[in-house]
Amino acid sequence: MRIDASKVDRIVDAYGCHRDSLISILQDVQAECSYLPEDALKRVAKRLKLPLIQVYGVATFFKAFSLQPRGEHMVRVCLGTACHVRGAPAVLDEVRRQLDVEPGETTEDSRFTLETVNCLGACALGPLVVVDSEYQGQITPGKVKRVLKQYMNDGRGK
Amino acid sequence: MQKLRSIAELERLRSRILRRRNGTKKYVSVCGGTGCHAYKCQDVASALEGEIRRQDMGSRVELKVTGCHGFCERGPLVVIYPEETFYQRVSPADAVEIVSRTVGKGEVIERLLYVDPQKNRVARSEAEVPFYRKQQRIVFGKNGLIDPTNIEDYIAMGGYTALPKALFEMDPEGIIEEIKESGLRGRGGAGFPTYQKWQTCRSAPSRDGVRYVICNADEGDPGAYMDRSLLEGNPHAILEGMIIGARAIDAHDGYVYVRMEYPLAVKNLGVALDQARQYGLLGQNILGSGFDFDIKISRGGGAFICGESTALMASLEGHIGEPRQKHIHTALKGLYGRPTNLNNVETWANVPVIISRGAKWYSKIGTEGSKGTKIFSLVGKVHNTGLVEVPMGITLREMVYDIGGGMRNGKKLKAIQTGGPSGGCIPESLIDLPVDFDELTKAGSMMGSGGMIVMDEGTCMVDMARYFTKFLTEESCGKCVPCREGLDRMLDMLTDITEGRGSEGDLDLLEELGGVIKEASLCGLGGTAPNPLLSTIRYFRDEYEAHVVHKHCPAGVCKALITYSVDEAKCTGCRVCARECPEGAISGEKKKLHVIDPAKCIKCGLCRDLCKFDAILVSWERWEYD
Amino acid sequence: MIELTIDGTKVRAAPGTTVLEAAREMGIVIPTLCYYPGLSSYGECRVCLVEMVKGRGRSSLEASCALPVEQGQVILTSSAKVKKARRVVVELLLASCPSSKTLQCMASNMGINQVRFKIKPRECILCGRCVRYCKEQMRSGGIGFTGRGTARRVTTAFGHTPEECRNCGGCQWICPVCERACTADSLVNGLCGGCQNLAHVETCEICTGCSESVGAHGHTVY
Ligand SMILES: Cc1cc2nc3c(=O)[nH]c(=O)nc-3n(C[C@H](O)[C@H](O)[C@H](O)COP(=O)(O)O)c2cc1C
Ligand code: SF4
Ligand code: SF4
Ligand code: FES
Ligand code: FES
Repeated sequence: MRIDASKVDRIVDAYGCHRDSLISILQDVQAECSYLPEDALKRVAKRLKLPLIQVYGVATFFKAFSLQPRGEHMVRVCLGTACHVRGAPAVLDEVRRQLDVEPGETTEDSRFTLETVNCLGACALGPLVVVDSEYQGQITPGKVKRVLKQYMNDGRGK
Repeated sequence: MQKLRSIAELERLRSRILRRRNGTKKYVSVCGGTGCHAYKCQDVASALEGEIRRQDMGSRVELKVTGCHGFCERGPLVVIYPEETFYQRVSPADAVEIVSRTVGKGEVIERLLYVDPQKNRVARSEAEVPFYRKQQRIVFGKNGLIDPTNIEDYIAMGGYTALPKALFEMDPEGIIEEIKESGLRGRGGAGFPTYQKWQTCRSAPSRDGVRYVICNADEGDPGAYMDRSLLEGNPHAILEGMIIGARAIDAHDGYVYVRMEYPLAVKNLGVALDQARQYGLLGQNILGSGFDFDIKISRGGGAFICGESTALMASLEGHIGEPRQKHIHTALKGLYGRPTNLNNVETWANVPVIISRGAKWYSKIGTEGSKGTKIFSLVGKVHNTGLVEVPMGITLREMVYDIGGGMRNGKKLKAIQTGGPSGGCIPESLIDLPVDFDELTKAGSMMGSGGMIVMDEGTCMVDMARYFTKFLTEESCGKCVPCREGLDRMLDMLTDITEGRGSEGDLDLLEELGGVIKEASLCGLGGTAPNPLLSTIRYFRDEYEAHVVHKHCPAGVCKALITYSVDEAKCTGCRVCARECPEGAISGEKKKLHVIDPAKCIKCGLCRDLCKFDAILVSWERWEYD
Repeated sequence: MIELTIDGTKVRAAPGTTVLEAAREMGIVIPTLCYYPGLSSYGECRVCLVEMVKGRGRSSLEASCALPVEQGQVILTSSAKVKKARRVVVELLLASCPSSKTLQCMASNMGINQVRFKIKPRECILCGRCVRYCKEQMRSGGIGFTGRGTARRVTTAFGHTPEECRNCGGCQWICPVCERACTADSLVNGLCGGCQNLAHVETCEICTGCSESVGAHGHTVY
């Protein structure tokens, strides 16, 4: 993906070209591009007059950032304590099997990216799976297929 | 809105709001917290709104979408005031009836009421629900009553009364003295006396007089969400606390560091900041007092370690969230090298309560060493899960049986995990332990942020220790050796044990390693990370030995140590399991007994989950047994 | 001057010195890895741990390289607690960097003859000496830490040779475990690759890739 430098510039300028705002800037860039392309990071480093490695270091340190393009749908399985106690690991195994990817990866047809999260703050509903921003509460391995199916044939995308 | 320039103007505004609201005595409050959101409460709210308009009741009743009420388990929740009629599991289809019968005629709809499963008793109002009865909600209580995006709601409920008191009637020393007398201790985990931090920060030299106050809303504990609910549901209480703190410390800049996984909290907080600025409660010359203070929001990048004070400040400055040695405390040299005071969300929210109701009143709540209340997120295998605010010193028994409504599915209580990943497991035998900072520490656990996970016989303690160790290994910043390498090896050994590869001597080595990680690590993450392991070994050593020596998981959790089979008596031959088994490990003809091939079975548990006849059995392999 | 007690002896040290420096001044041997004179202290490796006595029977372990001296401080540099912790730490280091000669020597000095933890060779102890050298001495900043936890590494951004690199070779020279340094015959394991064709390295006739340091630590050519 070629990234429009002016888009990055606009974000950097919105934060007054301030180095302290690096994390916020990267968050906004990611919101814009859905991930952090190499060119964008280089542009950010240049504008903030930071060594590229510092920007790269921050981008790889925080879990929120992704240097790889992500799939159309984000599938997030909560592995918070409450969900764990109620059987989230088995749910994760099933999602992995259904999508045939490991957490952090994207399916080959770039439809789904699987991620695990530690607590989404809705513990009372666990085990919890969130697809895009739809919360699916009290999921069991048996329900996984049905939930994912809704997104498999939704006619959107390619 | 004109900026308020004095106390008199604020009080005039307050009485104006109250007068205006006298007309619409009734209101319907719909919980809009994250839990209820997951249950699609927004649909319920819009259905109610439409119904109120359709039945032309707009002038008599007001609809409010509020923050979390705490009882997320039974969401979506709707409460009708002033009767406090409490409805749970409400669906959009119920809106017609709620508006016409309950709001219109004051009737109660039986089917939406909460029934106490233990005593089969129906609760009409919130106060009658056992989940709420033992709570004392001095901080969290307003959540269900106010619309977080409307500052006037907070003002109408008596909000921003502590602030003028702190600005005009008390001097900074007086505020610190009041906090000292209240006995408030930090709610972020360690329970450090709040006044002491404020005092140090206030008297610390700063080269240009700049000092900072920060609100720690990083809430990384994977099982606690009280900070989120406060931020989402009552952001002004936190702002008010921070302004008072800033005044006491003589700081003019503040930050709120929020986890990025909490979009609603960021949004509501942003709205609250804008409104507070418009009303002259933030910014220059607050309420005409001459005191200036403003707050910025900073979103974290998703790292548990950024809850640690030095890592948080590094990340605020745009660096990776890596802790540094704390020989010079952040109260002396923190953000940008200036004296900085960091407090947890809940700590800040307690401040206005203390200032407006007085330290004397506040210090009557709680125990000798721990004053006030604490919000816990009570989750796990109890009937009622959610957020509860209780006075310090309440026993675990009351938490589990009175508030939690007892264990699910008639199972036996085994242990209670408190303090999140840095905490420990407390066995059932200590059920009468009073919950406060010191008692929990004595029992080998800690208060932490207030996660409380109830576990039954079906929870494997070795698996639990492994779970927390895995979490911490992934969340360790990786800077220092004991934590980075030590936790990783600890996880390896625990994995081996849960998969039947443990060997004698492992437990001693784990204890030795745990002890060293605890003492030799640089920051508090490594310094507490072995707690889940050490506390479970302390109380459940026999369970570890069962795994190591007998290759047997008594709770039937550890996959490698269990086998699946079909119960001959229950199997109807419906073929569901055979169809769904991903490995084709189940065979059998229609209407005949099915069998599982143990060589092919990957123990995913799908068959057990899908079988409608409960015919899949889990049993333990017992090689080497006897 | 500040007065403190190290191993029972009263000493005086200038404000701003570290306990490590004060102890070394007295001739006490404290092992270090991530510490390097002239670079900022980092406190990563934890082999320089000492016990700080806090009274009432309490004490804590602190990294002496990052611990400033304080009036009245009581320090023990080789108590049982210190020795035990150091040994486990060195064992853990060896488990991640088994072929390092420096670590092996350190271990044998402590009487460690076995590593009880799973060996996962990473050939870098993430001490950050190279990173700090590059940033603080060369004012460059071509290399840095990336990732977090066990995925933490010292690398260049996107694995490319950085523009900032000044070809000084310092990062390789300063590495205490020197697995990351050139292993004599090949430079491909070098860190940033900037000096790949520039640094001249003398090798033994029969190079065994013994992993001894190339620089001032004395790679001896036989
Ligand atoms: C690894 C680690 C994670 C922490 N996470 C949090 C957190 O998520 N929220 C929080 O308020 N405090 C957290 N703390 C505690 C803070 O460092 C700090 O003590 C606290 O915010 C101080 O506020 P208090 O005095 O009001 O409790 C964490 C500490 C450590 C060591
Ligand atoms: S103890 Fe863990 S989290 Fe803390 S500095 Fe060391 S590696 Fe980082
Ligand atoms: S390459 Fe060497 S100097 Fe750099 S961090 Fe690794 S061990 Fe330290
Ligand atoms: S989110 Fe509605 S009660 Fe908690
Ligand atoms: S030399 Fe002190 S921690 Fe490494």
